[in-house]
Amino acid sequence: MSDVVSGVAKLPARGALSQPGAAAVARLIGPWLALAVAFAVLPAIVTSGSALTMLSLMGIMIVFALSYNMLLGETGLLSFGHAVYYGLGGFLAVHAMNTIIHDALPVPLPMIPLVGGFSGLLFGIIFGSVSTRRAGTAFAMISLGLGELVASSSLILRGFFGGEEGVSTNRTKLLHVFGLNFGPQIQVYYLIAGWCLLSMIAMYALRRTPFGRMCNAVRENAERAQFVGYNPRTLRFIAFSIAGLFAGIAGGLAAINFELVNASEVGAGQSGLVLFAAYIGGIGSFIGPVIGAVLVTWLEVMLSDVTDVWQLYFGLLFIGIVMFAPNGIAGLLIMHAPLWQARAYGSMLRLALAYLVALGPALVLLAGLILLIEMTYHLSVKATEGTTISVFHVTVEAASAIPWVVAAILIAGGFWLFRMTWPVVGAAWHDAFAQARGAGRAK
Amino acid sequence: MTAPAIELVDLYKNFGATQIIRGVSLAVPPGERHAIIGPNGAGKSTLFNLVSGRLTPTSGTVRLNGDDITGLPPHQINRRGLARSFQVTNIFPRLSVWENIRCAVLWSLGYKYAFWHGIEALPDVRARTEAILEAIELIDRRRVQAGVLAYAEQRALEIGITIAGGAGIILLDEPSAGMSVAEAARAVALIRKVSEGRTLIMIEHDMGVVFDLADRISVLVYGQIIASDIPARIKQDSAVQTAYLGTAA
Repeated sequence: MSDVVSGVAKLPARGALSQPGAAAVARLIGPWLALAVAFAVLPAIVTSGSALTMLSLMGIMIVFALSYNMLLGETGLLSFGHAVYYGLGGFLAVHAMNTIIHDALPVPLPMIPLVGGFSGLLFGIIFGSVSTRRAGTAFAMISLGLGELVASSSLILRGFFGGEEGVSTNRTKLLHVFGLNFGPQIQVYYLIAGWCLLSMIAMYALRRTPFGRMCNAVRENAERAQFVGYNPRTLRFIAFSIAGLFAGIAGGLAAINFELVNASEVGAGQSGLVLFAAYIGGIGSFIGPVIGAVLVTWLEVMLSDVTDVWQLYFGLLFIGIVMFAPNGIAGLLIMHAPLWQARAYGSMLRLALAYLVALGPALVLLAGLILLIEMTYHLSVKATEGTTISVFHVTVEAASAIPWVVAAILIAGGFWLFRMTWPVVGAAWHDAFAQARGAGRAK
Repeated sequence: MTAPAIELVDLYKNFGATQIIRGVSLAVPPGERHAIIGPNGAGKSTLFNLVSGRLTPTSGTVRLNGDDITGLPPHQINRRGLARSFQVTNIFPRLSVWENIRCAVLWSLGYKYAFWHGIEALPDVRARTEAILEAIELIDRRRVQAGVLAYAEQRALEIGITIAGGAGIILLDEPSAGMSVAEAARAVALIRKVSEGRTLIMIEHDMGVVFDLADRISVLVYGQIIASDIPARIKQDSAVQTAYLGTAA
């Protein structure tokens, strides 16, 4: 066969298309350095009391969402049970912390996410060997079943899962290094930020390996991948195991952050949340799940303060993304990349103005919807607390007809105006791209 | 005497009660360009599926360079040096042309499931990918998403994916189907070039292409090979003429 191989090699080879040089290395490392700096200075910029907690949660969610996207975005595996590896990583981390405290073992806290990671990897290998034999619907169903299996076993194995209240620990009681006791949230934030950065780099690098490229190939066309020598099952299995590893790291970070892990961490709610985060952000790019993780964490914290039915808004957002922006928020941003590359700043400004014009009616429509939802919720669930409610700091009498009429007018009028703005946006979009193409040809 | 590159012994394939392949025996020596012709529904693609591992024979044996490969999964047969193309274009549509070929060279260069090599830092992968793209004349289209290529370009890409792993035995399923005369001529030139020094088995409907390329031709009718000979004698075979060529002419 070697003569055949050399037959190909003998074909005229043109000069290398592009060789990695110093500039390429700078391009490779630059963004990560920038991100590291951003992580370092963020606590100095956003100084409100809850901001550090929120940033910590975002860091955990970024790792979790990126690990999920190794399955859904990269390998085309839709999992409904990814929280199993996050939650089990968290439980084993919390048990490890308690053992370390009890036996006074010389292990510092920053090592604990490794326990979570290895637990996630181990369970990924065990459950992955069963579930990755098939792709598509079969895989999705098995992942759902395994999720339910682990969630329900938390009711049986109370020693491990800690029953209703979960398992708690004290992160300050581990070996202190460099004088850090990890009592203050700022120290925990930097621990999470460090692990988040490491995990992001690792997962990004993984995409650009033979394994990572073949995961994409299996996602696109598993049969063709098989006819170029790859076993799709093996690729899915490795991807699944590594996704378990990073989910476990996220779980370990969560255990450190909350000093408490309970059974809901392995449940369907958590599995759903990570799916939301990855999908809303966009599963087609690396940055997508990062955006999604940040947004979903922010919404979860902010919305749950403002309204009791925050999950409903969450669901509406998800449906909206699935219907109108299937490539997520990152997909919407990437759509504009050609304009940026063509340096068509003038037309970008025009497009931005057109978006602003459309935003007004969209906000009116949204306000009407929110009013409608809040009044409905209040009258049907909290009627005993009286019929006056506060929406946008305005007191509304939900029992009278007026606010309902107002809501209807806002929705109908907002929708009508929104539709009117579409030709404006469409024309701006069309002009911008025509100009960008022209600039591209002129170059 | 060296073993045949491909040897089929008394091969049968049933789908339920229907017999599609009914006792095919065939030996293709190394380096031969062999064409399989026959009317629609004769079982030509099924035969390819049996040889390449997409389907498992009901009975009979498939040997590759003398080794029994009957019932092996496709990736294992591919690793033993057999690659195939498909009648319906079978590429990675949302990956770039470059990625399509690169995915197809990785296994044979020994990178397998490696997740510790940066893909851009592999000069042998880059060089092989480039050489294949030069050969199929798609080097200038390398950044394009494969799914948006013109049909003839996609067929060329399909051949590129098939040869990229350096397999010694190539199975091409109707490589010139659906092409214009000019496109088919280019396809023939490409196939001639890339099959140099390899064993080629191709299914083809275009008799011009077949008689131009093939060293030997087998005629498959209703799941049986009724003749297998050099092109000149196949043309004169009366059984072939009544069964196939006669109806085609």
